[in-house]
Parts: sequence; C-alpha cells; structure tokens
Amino acid sequence: MEPIQLARTLRRRDFISSAAGGVGMAALANLLAEEGRTAEAPIINPFEPKKPHFAPAAKNIIFLYMEGAPSQIDLCDPKPELMKWHGQPLPPSMTKDLKFAFIKPNAKVLGCNRPFAKHGQSGAEFSDWLDAWKPIADDLCVVRSMHTDAVNHQPADMILFTGHMLPGRPTLGSWILYGLGSESRNLPGFIVLSTGKNNMSQSAQWSSGFLPSNHQGVLFRRTGDPVLYVSNPEGVSREDQRRDFELVAALNRERFGKTGDMEIASRISSYEMAFRMQMSTPELLDVAKEPAGMRTLYGLEEETTRAFGTNCLLARRMIERGVRVVMVTHSSWDQHTDLQKDLKKNCDITAGPIAALIQDLKQRGMLDSTLVVWGGEFGRTPLGDFRNGEEATAGRDHHASCFTMWLAGGGIKSGITIGKTDDLGMKVIEDPVHVNDLQATILHCLGFDHTRLTYRHMGRDFRLTDVQGEVIRKMIV
Amino acid sequence: MTLLFYIFLLTGVSAAANAAVDYTHDVQPILQKRCYGCHGPALQMGGLRLDRQDAVMRVVKAGDSTGSKLHAMITGSGKLRMPPTGPPLPSNEVATLKEWIDSGANWPTRGTTAALPWSFAPVRHPAEPVINDSWKRNAIDSFILARLQSKTIRPSREAEHRTLLRRVYMDLIGLPPTPEQVDSFIADMRPDAYERVVDELLASPHYGEKWARHWLDLARYADSEGGVQDYARPFAWRYREWVINAFNQDMPFNRFTVEQIAGDLLPKANVSQKIATGFHRNTITSREGGVDLDRIRFEQLVDRTSTIGAVWLGLTVGCSQCHDHKFDPIAQKDFYSLMAFFENVAELDLEAPLPGEWGIYRQYAKDFRLQRDKLLSDYKIADALASWENGLRDALANPGKRPNWDVSYDSYSKSVDHGRRILLKRPSERSDREQDGLVDHFVKSSSGGIGKEKYEALKLKELGEKLKALEDKYPRLSTAMTVAEESERSPTHVRIRGVWSEKGDAVLPGTPGSLPPLKDGTDRLALAKWLVSRDNPLTARVTVNRLWQELFGRGLVRTTEDFGAQGEKPTYPELLDWLASEFVERGWSMKRVVRLIVTSATYRQASDSRPDLNTIDPANTLLARQSRFRLPAELIRDSALQVSGLLNDSIGGPSVKPPQPEGVAELQYKMNWEETKDRTKYRRGLYIFVQRTALYPLLMNFDAPDRTVSCARRDISNTPLQALNLMNDPIFVEAAQSLAWRILQEAPANRIDYAFQLCFARLPSARERDLILSYQDHGQSQEAKWFGLSRALLNSDEFLTRE
Repeated sequence: MEPIQLARTLRRRDFISSAAGGVGMAALANLLAEEGRTAEAPIINPFEPKKPHFAPAAKNIIFLYMEGAPSQIDLCDPKPELMKWHGQPLPPSMTKDLKFAFIKPNAKVLGCNRPFAKHGQSGAEFSDWLDAWKPIADDLCVVRSMHTDAVNHQPADMILFTGHMLPGRPTLGSWILYGLGSESRNLPGFIVLSTGKNNMSQSAQWSSGFLPSNHQGVLFRRTGDPVLYVSNPEGVSREDQRRDFELVAALNRERFGKTGDMEIASRISSYEMAFRMQMSTPELLDVAKEPAGMRTLYGLEEETTRAFGTNCLLARRMIERGVRVVMVTHSSWDQHTDLQKDLKKNCDITAGPIAALIQDLKQRGMLDSTLVVWGGEFGRTPLGDFRNGEEATAGRDHHASCFTMWLAGGGIKSGITIGKTDDLGMKVIEDPVHVNDLQATILHCLGFDHTRLTYRHMGRDFRLTDVQGEVIRKMIV
Repeated sequence: MTLLFYIFLLTGVSAAANAAVDYTHDVQPILQKRCYGCHGPALQMGGLRLDRQDAVMRVVKAGDSTGSKLHAMITGSGKLRMPPTGPPLPSNEVATLKEWIDSGANWPTRGTTAALPWSFAPVRHPAEPVINDSWKRNAIDSFILARLQSKTIRPSREAEHRTLLRRVYMDLIGLPPTPEQVDSFIADMRPDAYERVVDELLASPHYGEKWARHWLDLARYADSEGGVQDYARPFAWRYREWVINAFNQDMPFNRFTVEQIAGDLLPKANVSQKIATGFHRNTITSREGGVDLDRIRFEQLVDRTSTIGAVWLGLTVGCSQCHDHKFDPIAQKDFYSLMAFFENVAELDLEAPLPGEWGIYRQYAKDFRLQRDKLLSDYKIADALASWENGLRDALANPGKRPNWDVSYDSYSKSVDHGRRILLKRPSERSDREQDGLVDHFVKSSSGGIGKEKYEALKLKELGEKLKALEDKYPRLSTAMTVAEESERSPTHVRIRGVWSEKGDAVLPGTPGSLPPLKDGTDRLALAKWLVSRDNPLTARVTVNRLWQELFGRGLVRTTEDFGAQGEKPTYPELLDWLASEFVERGWSMKRVVRLIVTSATYRQASDSRPDLNTIDPANTLLARQSRFRLPAELIRDSALQVSGLLNDSIGGPSVKPPQPEGVAELQYKMNWEETKDRTKYRRGLYIFVQRTALYPLLMNFDAPDRTVSCARRDISNTPLQALNLMNDPIFVEAAQSLAWRILQEAPANRIDYAFQLCFARLPSARERDLILSYQDHGQSQEAKWFGLSRALLNSDEFLTRE
C-alpha cells in the first residue's frame, strides 16, 4: 500500500468548469473539443487538497526566514545586565560548559545599549531598529525561549527545516504539501523567494528529501526566468507554444489509448499545468498593478526595501492564489563583525515590509487562515566576537541555547510573549521551546498531529519532528 | 498458499515441518500491527515484549494454546484482555496465532533471540519448476509461468519487434536504436537475431556508461564535496572512469567489491585498484567555519558504514547508529563494530598521472620548483610566514587567547586537508605538496592573522595571482582520490545515542552477529571478502535484485534498499534465490545475469496494461507483462541528443558543465559554473558535473538524487517542471531544431515516417499521421512546421518512456 495518496482522478469537464479562468482556458477548451475522437485521459492532480487530522486553524503558511541568525539581544530580548560586564570576560564558573562556533568561553562580553520600547497593549518589546513593528505588536506571539541543537549554520538550518541535523530529509514545506496538497492548479504549492547574501544551505532548505520530488519548493529566481524555463524559447510565440502543447497532448492521448498506462494521463495533466503556469506566472509577478498605497506600504518605492518588500507582497499574492507554503528568505544576518552597521541595515530592509505583510493579510481577512513565522536558525552570543580587534567592529557568535522567534495568524495566540532567558542571555529559564516543538506546533496549527504525519522510507516511518517535539499549548488559541 | 510455502522453505525452519503457519510471514505482522505499539522495541508496557523469542516464550507455551497466556489475553478468556481498549483482534488473526502456538510456535532463529528476516537464510539453489510450454525461453520463465499457471493467468504476448528493440537498447546501452539498426533487426530472419543484438549491446562500450549510472547512485558519486562551500572535486571522475571500465570488462562482482572497499590493501595493489577505493571518498564533507572537524570525520565514518550496509547487505544498518535496530537483528554495537573497519582510513590524494602526463611533468618539475621558490623569495615572505605559523600553533595550543588567530586557525584547518598535522611538522619534514598547500593558504588568507597592513605591505594578493599563473603555465599531474590505512590503529567507541562526542565502550572490527562470522583478518580487506563470501546470504540476492530492477522497473524485492523485516518480501523468492546462486556459481558475472534476464520470455513480453490484470495485479508484481517506465534524467538527455544527431558519444574523461540558466549557479555559495564550450557540451548525461548543492536542473527535475547518501532506487515523478524543462530548455530547443533539420535533409519524402522512426523506432498510425498533418496545415514556414513537430515528439510520453 502506498503511504500517500498520490492521485485522484476527476473528469475533465468538472475540472475545466471549476478551474480559475485565464488565458490557458481557451487552449484547454480546444483539448476538450478533440475528446470526441480520441481516448479520454482522466485528469490526474497529485496535489488534490487533502484533509488533515483535525480541523485546522490555518491552511497556509508564510515562513519569514532570517537566515544567518538575527541577534535577539539587540532586537527583541533586552539584557541591560550585560552592560555591567561589557568588555570583560565572565568568570569561568559561569562559562565552563559553553561551546560556540568561533569564540571561546573566555571571550569578552559585548553589551547592548540600544533603547528598547514596549509596543501596543501587549507590550511586546523591541529595540528602536524595529520601530516599524509598532503597528503589529499585538498580532504577534513572541517566543524568547527558542533553543536548538546545532551551533553551525548548515546543521542548524537542517534541524530547523527537517527536524534533523544532516541533509537529506524532507523540509517543512514539503511535509505540509504532502499533508495538505495544494489549492492552486496554476502555480506550485510550495514557493521560495529569497534576498540577501550568504545563503548557506541553498536548496536543502526546500528540498523534498525522500518525499516524491514534486514536493520540493520551487525557487522563484531574481535573475533570468523567475521559474526555470517558464518563458517560451526565443522566437516561439504564445500561439506557437499553445499549438505545440496541444500536439504533445494529442500524441499522448493516442498513446494512452494504445497502452492504457495511467502515467500518460498523469503526464497529460502535468503538461496542462505547465502551460497554465506559463500563462499565470507573469500575471502573478506583475506587482505594478497593485494600488499605489499598497506599493508604498510594502516599501516598493524605496530602494532599501524594494527587493524584500516585493517578495513580501508576492507572498501575499501567492497565498491569495492558493499556494500552500511560501518561504521568504533574507540571508544576511550572520553578524560576526560590524554588528552595529549590518544588523541595522538588515532591519531597515526587512522590518517595514514584514509589518506591511501582517497588516495587509489582516485587513484582507487572510491572517486567520495564514500562519506567519519569523526567525533564524539560532541566536547570537552575549559574548562578543572581536576577531577584528576593536569594539566598533565587533559582532556576536552563534548561540544555540536561546533565541527569539515569533508567530502570528492562524491558530496562534496573539499579543503575548512567552519564555524567559537569564539576565545575561545565556540560557532559557522558562518555557523552553525546542525547534522540534516549534515544528510540532506549526503542524498543529495546520491540523496535524505531528507524530502521525509520517512517511515510510528505508524501512522507517519518518516525521518532521524526528523523535521529539511537543505542541506548545501556550502558543495556540 | 504457494507464496507461503516458498517463504517457509526460504526461512529454513526445520522444526514442525508440517506447520502451515509461519512466524515471519503470518505471525510477526499481526504482532507488529496489534501489539508492538505497547510491547515492541520502543515500549514494553508491563515488562512484556513481543518481538523477541525469549520474551515471547514467557507468554507462549509451544504446542499448547490453551495453556498460553498470550492466547488467553487476546481471546479475553483470562483476567487480562488485550488490547485493553478498542475492538479485540479479528477472529482470523486469533486463529492464526492459535494455530501457530499449537503447531510449535516456530521461530526462525540462528542463535539470536530476535527473529531473523527472510533474507538472512542461506541462499538455496531451487530446482527449476518443470514447465512444458513453448512460451518459455529459459529457466526464469519456468519460475514465472509456474506461478501464473497456478493463478490461471496467461503471460502477455511478446512485444512488437520494434518496441522490444528500443527497450533492449535503452536497457543495455541507454540510447535508442537508429532507423538503420531497426531495419536490419527487422530484416534479420535468423532465429537468434535478438540474441545477436543482445550480445552486440553487451559488448558495446556504451554498456558500461548505462550501468555505471546505476552504480554511481549507490556510490553517492558527485563532483563536489557538499557542505556550505561545496567545492569542486576536480578528480572525482577518475573513480567514475573506473566504474565504467569495470562494467565494460564485466569485472566479476566479487572483485568489483574487493577493489572498491579495500583495493589499497591488496598485495601489490596497482593504481587502478587504488582508484577504486575512491568509493569511500564520495562522502560529503563540510568546511563551514566553526564546525568541529572530529564531528565531520565521525559523520563520514557513519556514512561509510551505512553505505556498505545499504549497498551490499541491503540493510538499514544506519538505524543502529543511535540504538539497537528496532526490526532487524543489528545491534548498536554491531554498527560500531562495522564502523571500526573504517576507523583507520586515511584520505589520500594519490598522484595518478594520465597517459602522457608523467614524462612532461618530470621534464619541467625542477624548473617549476625553482621558479616558485624564486617568486616566494622575491616577495620576502619568510618572516611573516614563520610568525603566521607560530600564531596558528599558538591558537591551537591556547584557544581563546587571541580571537583573530582562533578564526585564522579555524579557516586554515578547514581549507588545508590534514592541516593540523602539517602545521605541527617542521618545514623540512613536510613534503612539497604539504608545504605548498600551507604556503598557498598563507598567501591567500593570512590577512586576518598577520593583519591587513602587513598583508598589503607584502603584496600577498599579487603574489597569489603570480603563483596561480605559474602553476597554470606548468604541466601538472592528475591525482585520484583514494584511501589508505593509517599505521596506528585508533580504537572505535560506541557512541551513546549516536552522539559523536559521547563515547561508550570500545569495540573491535566485526560483522553483525546475526550473519555468518568473519574469517581471516579484521581489516577492510577481510570485510570486503566477507561481503562476497559464499556464506553471506545477502550480497548476491541484493545485487541480482538491483539488476532485475533496472530491467523491469522494480525489483523482485520492491524495496531494493531494504531486505530487512521492514522491507517488502520477494514476490518470487525461489527465482531470486535461483538467480543469486547462478550469479555466484558462475563467477559473479553481471553481464551473464543481465543476458539471462533480457533473453527470457518474461522480459520480452509486451508492456501494455491489461484490463484483466488491473484489479488482480495493478503493480505488476506477478510479471504477466513487462513494465512501462519513464527514463532516468540522463537518458532523456542522451536520447534527445542522439535522435537529433547532436550527441557527442565519446566515452570517459572529466565531467562537463553544459550551459544552464542564469541564476542556477548563483544559488550555490561561491560557485563557478564555467560552461563547457564546443562539442563536449553534447556529451552524455552521465558526464554532467554533479554539483551537490545546485544540481543541474535536468537532473533535479527528473529525480536524480543529489548524491548526499547512497540511493538504490530513484523516484519516478511526473511534474509540470519537467514539462517546462523539456519544452523550453535551450538544449532541448536546439535538439528539436536539429532534429527538424535532420528530417528535412535526410528524408526527401515520408518525413513524418522518418521522424517517428528516429524517435520511436516505429511508423506512425494513420490517426497519428492525420493529427500531424492537421497540425502542420497552418501556413507556417517549412522549418517552423518541422521544428514544432520535432519539439512535440521529443516531449511526448513515448519518447520519455521505455516501453
């Protein structure tokens, strides 16, 4: 027995009448007209929407992945106590078991004297670099007690997205697609958008691992074709393209009639979707048609915010069009050096568009059914990384034992901050949330018992949360 | 019942020979489904465990179900009723368990307490069933037909000659036949015309290319090292070359095994045998800053161990990294004993000159050394180099003293292989290669340590460019990635919960206790010989099963990668054993097994789906027909290039980087995809550079594994991205243009026929011809018409499928 129901057949006519309109429909109507004289191949939709284990709060997810690890100490988990130690090492008794990537336990403390303010009724606390979050403070569930197992980027990326430190397993987005299918018949169910430098794990963050490969995330690129090969070849007109697609379909229907192989029906459906993707992608990406106010809100008129803001706006447009999972990555957060300059720059690029996204989703009534997650793969150390010698250019090293993330939207309790870290920002002291717990909670919001969303591979039932993970009740409605 | 009987034979249970109920086949699945949740490997509520014989026998009295507690519990006749909640066991399951107990509670063991999977029983040589039927062509068919007849199923007719020819070409050499090859086969009326073609194909040098691909998936071969930087491994291809040659020479599988696992340990090992050990060098690595090198090494050892288990034993031994295997008789200790064979593996980049390199290298080596030394002395780096080395050694000895030196040392130790060891040697003790590696790193990356000012004052950037230019000017020696054995043996420790830093008991090299013991020695060579010894029941079965998979789209055991209790059972256990024993007894020849299979009537059947089989055998496990399946990524490319006349079919050599869209390489951290120019860009898919973190799009879209870990069975997916790839990728557009041109040039008349012959090895039907005529009746230019048709043919399901 296959562990996953990969296909459900529909009659072609039902499908055409229910599919969203668009340029591709004329072509499909032609296909329909031809049916009278060739074998009818059933429509195969491998991503027919599926019901989860229980009624979900959210049906879509946007993961705002701040790759490289933003410094929680300088942004959302203030540690005034650190200033007392600034420039000195901590006593060995306090640091003896610590293990970092580059710095040693005897490194000097790097204090933070940025002004923090409490926002909204909930009093969510952010430093001045995140003032743009003021209007969304009451929509968030801030988790200051995140912790993970890995102290290096790649393994930490992997455990955050696959539940396990080594590459090779399916990622969060693939699991969700596997569990829920997709609502879109014109676009991939799992899309990745990215900005920033030094993306460490690349496609491993949206890989389908050992799930069937059509569960992998599709990267919309910044240069060239947004989706690989989504544009017609040079010199091939839209009409030529349509006719060639039709000829392929006609030949395939002939072969289906001869061999009766359902894979051919599946191929016909894939080609139809490919053609619809070609037709609908330009429309999706055409943000110029958004009202001026919307463009301003997302920062499309400003150089600093344009690229990331466009991705946030696209994320909303994708969710509107039935895409199940959108990952919006900004990967420049690895501030070992020049923290003062570069951390601020990252906030300038991302904070405004993120606030715009939450407000926009809320205003459209989409936030209730969309889960939004913000954060990086780990946190940063209260001890400084002084590899350049001077304080002005200092930064912080990787810190696995505590960091901050936030969630908002479908199924999440808004306007709360949970978890506490000690006065120096070394360890979690209240309500620890391991990345596997976060995964369990995310899946819960989408209607899944994380222990039951499994896939048999190499003789074992695998799941996103590996062998751990508990739903954090405090975070959910 | 027949199946049950086979399995019964196979598990070799001697007791209770009249027992109709078999533990492995009938009982274990019930216990697993109903009881293991609370009384299995993970959890033992009430101290009860039902997956081990000793524990089960505490609640079972063999031969006496009424006196057995287990029976009382499942029937609810005793105090305790099981399961405690929910409905009781269905009556047929209760009956099975009762019958099993009453017939003696057989348990297929060999000295251990856990049940052995079917595949651990010795391979037998079952007698070929007696079949009198003209359909049959060789022994394989007897096994198949015996079963089909018992189910009153007729096998399918033989495939049409053209289909059969295209199939066997695809399966043996991975390229479609040319129209001339089709014609000459059709015209050949000799009774053995087909066998002649098979022999020709087996002798073709393209045979090795086709079959190497399948092995390279298992060997997780790639041209880059994985990890964040994913640096190129420019000489990885030497191993691929070895594999291609081995298949072409039909190197016996036992030798094929020994050379890859321990070629370096063979007496008087030659270069080729050492190159074979590149198998172990295909592991991924990481050079990410701040990563612990000991952890990386541990992960590589884990991968080497798991890969041996998967490739030769068909077992998921990797599950035992953290705990005793839950379903198979592989203890955690077994895993580390197996790992101990690799504990002393040293990675060695061997100078392995290609023909013609050595002489010219020797001629210029001295001059190169002089020039290099001169450059270094011109730039007066000696003092800075010495103090930089001191800085690194100081950081190594006193971590945390100077943060910038900690970072410098970290970067050095990640970039220069064996860096720590080299640094601790005196310069005079270092080999030229070691010293060069260290100096090159100093020249490139010392600014963090010695300081920007000094780095600039010494003009090290400029020196780096000159050193590079010098190196490019002089002939170099090709190397090969191999392994060697360290002279000193370090102990292997069990790792508690599989965590690399938490060492448990020390273990010695050894093979799993549930399999026949190791003989003669405890090194890698002994392990390799043990894997292909006659006593080992797994290797031969696992290997012939994979050959079968290549030729039918699925193995006789569907889960090619898992022959353990969680894998599927063989659909034709006797046939599998028969093939395995033939394989071993006739000298481990893979070509022989392949020939046997492709000349069978079973293989030669039509693959069309049959309504009468759709309900009784939808997955085609009974093999009353052949299967139709999509070609793997590489062969899709090869076929398109072949029919369009673009293919460059030269064999072997370094990997190529065909053009790919802008933005693919950018995904990778610091990747440089230097496009291959000229005709080498039309080489076969096998030679495409495998960049692990940014796989060539065609490979990614058509289910090629990223070669992170061993892969015994590729997915066959069917996605819109594949359609976009084939419709719009410039290389496929070029192939369509070239095919159109070919049709126009080579066929003055009957062009549609010719197009079909090129692509499908057949002529079009009348309806297909009509369809195309009406498509072409659209007032376009001649070129556009034939381009459009060519494009459609290359995208059609039939073209992408081996039927």
